[in-house]
Amino acid sequence: MSILTVFILIPLLTILGILFCKNDMQVKWVSVFGMGLQLLSAITLILLFLAERRAGNVEEVLFVQDNLWYETFNIHFYIGVDGVSVAMIGLTALVVFAGIFASWDIKDLSREFFMFLILLASGVFGFFISLDLFTMFLFYELAVIPMYLLIGIWGSGPRHYSAMKLTLMLMGGSALIMLGLIGIYLNSAPHGGPLTWDLIKISKETLPEDMQRFLFPFLFLGFGVLGALFPFHTWSPDGHASAPTAVSMLHAGVLMKLGGYGCYRVAVFLLPQAAHQLGWIFLILATIGVIYGALGAIWQKDLKYINAYSSVSHCALVLFAILMFNQTALNGAILQMISHGIMTALFFALIGMIYGRTHTRYINEMGGLMKVMPFLSVAYVIAGLASLGLPGFSGFVAEMTIFVGAFQNADTFHRVATIIAASSIVVTAVYILRVIGILLLGKIRNSDYELLTDAKWYDKISVVALILGITLIGLAPLWLSDMINGGLGPIVQKLLAATPIIH
Amino acid sequence: MLIMRHELLLVTITVILLIVEIFLPNDRKRKIILPAILLMAAVTVIGFFPGKPGTLFGGMYQSTQLTLLLKNILNIGALIIFIQSVDWLKQDQNKEKISEFYLLILSTLIGMNYMISSGNFMMFYLGLELSTIPIAALAAYERFKEKSAEAGVKLIFVSAFSSGILLYGLSMIYGTTGTMYFTEVAAQITGTPLQILAFIFFFSGMAFKISLVPFHLWTADVYEGAPVNVASYLSVISKGAAVFIFTIILYTVFAKIAVLWSEVLYIIIILTITVGNLFAMRQQNLKRFLAFSSIAQAGFILLGIIGQSQTGMATVVYFVLVYIFSNLGAFGVVGIIANRTGKETISDYDGLYRTNPKLSLVMMLALFSLAGIPPLAGFFGKFFLFTAGAKQGYYILVLIALLNTIISLYYYLLVIKAMFLNNSDRPIAFFKSDGYTRLGLLLCVAGIVAVGFAGSLYEWIYQLSFGLY
Repeated sequence: MSILTVFILIPLLTILGILFCKNDMQVKWVSVFGMGLQLLSAITLILLFLAERRAGNVEEVLFVQDNLWYETFNIHFYIGVDGVSVAMIGLTALVVFAGIFASWDIKDLSREFFMFLILLASGVFGFFISLDLFTMFLFYELAVIPMYLLIGIWGSGPRHYSAMKLTLMLMGGSALIMLGLIGIYLNSAPHGGPLTWDLIKISKETLPEDMQRFLFPFLFLGFGVLGALFPFHTWSPDGHASAPTAVSMLHAGVLMKLGGYGCYRVAVFLLPQAAHQLGWIFLILATIGVIYGALGAIWQKDLKYINAYSSVSHCALVLFAILMFNQTALNGAILQMISHGIMTALFFALIGMIYGRTHTRYINEMGGLMKVMPFLSVAYVIAGLASLGLPGFSGFVAEMTIFVGAFQNADTFHRVATIIAASSIVVTAVYILRVIGILLLGKIRNSDYELLTDAKWYDKISVVALILGITLIGLAPLWLSDMINGGLGPIVQKLLAATPIIH
Repeated sequence: MLIMRHELLLVTITVILLIVEIFLPNDRKRKIILPAILLMAAVTVIGFFPGKPGTLFGGMYQSTQLTLLLKNILNIGALIIFIQSVDWLKQDQNKEKISEFYLLILSTLIGMNYMISSGNFMMFYLGLELSTIPIAALAAYERFKEKSAEAGVKLIFVSAFSSGILLYGLSMIYGTTGTMYFTEVAAQITGTPLQILAFIFFFSGMAFKISLVPFHLWTADVYEGAPVNVASYLSVISKGAAVFIFTIILYTVFAKIAVLWSEVLYIIIILTITVGNLFAMRQQNLKRFLAFSSIAQAGFILLGIIGQSQTGMATVVYFVLVYIFSNLGAFGVVGIIANRTGKETISDYDGLYRTNPKLSLVMMLALFSLAGIPPLAGFFGKFFLFTAGAKQGYYILVLIALLNTIISLYYYLLVIKAMFLNNSDRPIAFFKSDGYTRLGLLLCVAGIVAVGFAGSLYEWIYQLSFGLY
């Protein structure tokens, strides 16, 4: 049994444990225990992985386990990881762990809340470790569907509407993915032999080019919906604004990365020829998304909407980088996924904590919070600075790498796109500093707020864990970017082979 | 005679129940419930013993490993319905005619078994009639209710009409080929205009039974009027049996004009799924809601048939099995709530989770399985159906079907929204369901959760489907 099986077993056992809990307190501690264990396993996995690589193991994927599931369709339970998926697993474990503490205050139906939250997490973990397209898709949908209940039951504002919109749009995306995956499966053996869902095996083949052109839009668009590709991002602001804190964290932090990861791992990796031919369409959309999301954030007054639009912008940057098709940009894309994942989770956690105290999310109604809740405010400033790409935090490393990579494409089209996308950094600075100015600095506008308390112990655990994450990556990015680079080898080679003429 | 084991066993227990019924005094009719269930369970279990394939009556009746499996699947479904209907049968107004319910159901089951095993259009027609007419009596079971009586009459008219059309088609087949045996007809089908006309009539007749659009108009009314357990029988067992024989006949008898019927199916699939889904969205009554949802599901099943391969056949059987568990789960919950409270609209279910969490969870699992959400069995069924369809190159059709799953997810979520998200001033009060209902629902949940993970189950069906196409 591979160590990776643990990542599915622990969440399932935790859910089982929650079922037998007698009261809320037990439910919370069982969840903390389970997800703490998960975080430890993730750290162990990273160390084991690095040790294997250092020992000279150059296999494409490590810790493989392969069980036959459906013989007729050649479906396997096939799991394994490379540098990229290890990094994503680390991110997920961290955000879920912080999310449990951020939802300490849930009172209504808390047992169900934690069960659905962990079910969602197990879907995400399963997605990142799967190497079989069928099981990958299974876990993908498993991660999407608990969202409906999580937002619908425990959310705020127009939660019924948002939950329905989010679920239907994401499932619409997954319908497109399903068609794409079935298409890949049916063409997975162009030179004869049994059809397969095996991602590694398919990546060694070149699928017929007309089929690639047919399937690529379905897959990229399908995953792109979850990655908030413009103009299919509209579920994101509504959904994030209505979701309870931990769900916003998990959704923006991890689940949206499933989209980017899917575009990278399935659409571009398996259909490189089509990616080269059709990538420009999506590059235009992604570039619009980067700048549109940033501009959208300026106009918003609701903290969660601001952060949701900023997520749209940052996630579009991931897709933008993937479509640049070179090693540096791809590395940046993965770094950006991880950096944005932690950062936005931190933002949403803080917003949830502030909202829990002030009971409003409108920045105009607040002010001078620095005086009453210094811990939360400082954390907010840190998150903000990381978000606008200040050196020393993870955001800088990621965005820098992306734009350096993007600039390697010397033609006018890519240059223009890069310049437009890069200008979003300025816009980001505007909305981040504006929020910090209005929300945290200045005088306290509402005298009721003077009585508010600062973060509780469980809030602090959540916040500190995430801040450690962004500073660790910001100050010592090399181990992470090396690990990711190792995983990018096969895909870059495939992309180079797909373009006879290198621009 | 071992070849006809399923039919003989069913006839035997029908006779036993009939004799017991005669000797039971009027005030102790309820005593028949337990023996009936136990006998049915015994038949179901015996059905799984290895059987002997073969033909009888000069090829009128043929039994293969596949037909044995199909009959077993129907038995399982009927057994679950027997268990689920106890709570309803125990009500005062039904206590004098409990055994009638069992006898009528069993006779339709016998009819379906003969229909599935038929090797001749005469035999097929006899089985079909035997499996339809008693259901009309069942639909009118609660005859003191106007709607129930109306449902019975509607069903009998529609089946008479569709049987007429079917028979007309069969007579033309006889006219052009001079035989009623499947194998001989298959050899002589060449696609002459009269044969095509015959096929169209045959197809329309079957479309009524499976309730495909545009032959579906009776479905919602009958489901709404009939007692819940009868509606569930109609929607899974009756439909399942018709789908089985329909697939077999298309694959064997009409194999030569597959190009023709796949074009017909192509259009019918789009119509059935889309219309079923669009109407399901508008329903408030849960029985009508499930009626339209089951119309849409029938459209998905056809997607496997159009796959025209061993995979297609196996997937159809697999999906029907999954569909039996999922739909019976949903109907089981609707049934027990209707029995206890008389409420059966979606808005009545507001806040159900707070008062009856277990029932809500079963309902949620059943609906998610119908919608095809992993890791429930419905997901695997749908995924394989789509794969089978796409394998024949019907990418656009599969895309339309996939987009329809989103519509279907929307209306399934409406019910889940009512149960979990909405709050109500007067929710359905907590009630304790009886042991039989719980057992019935437990069986459904076990099926919904477990079938998908058991990859070998699909392999087994796949092996049995060999040589059909």
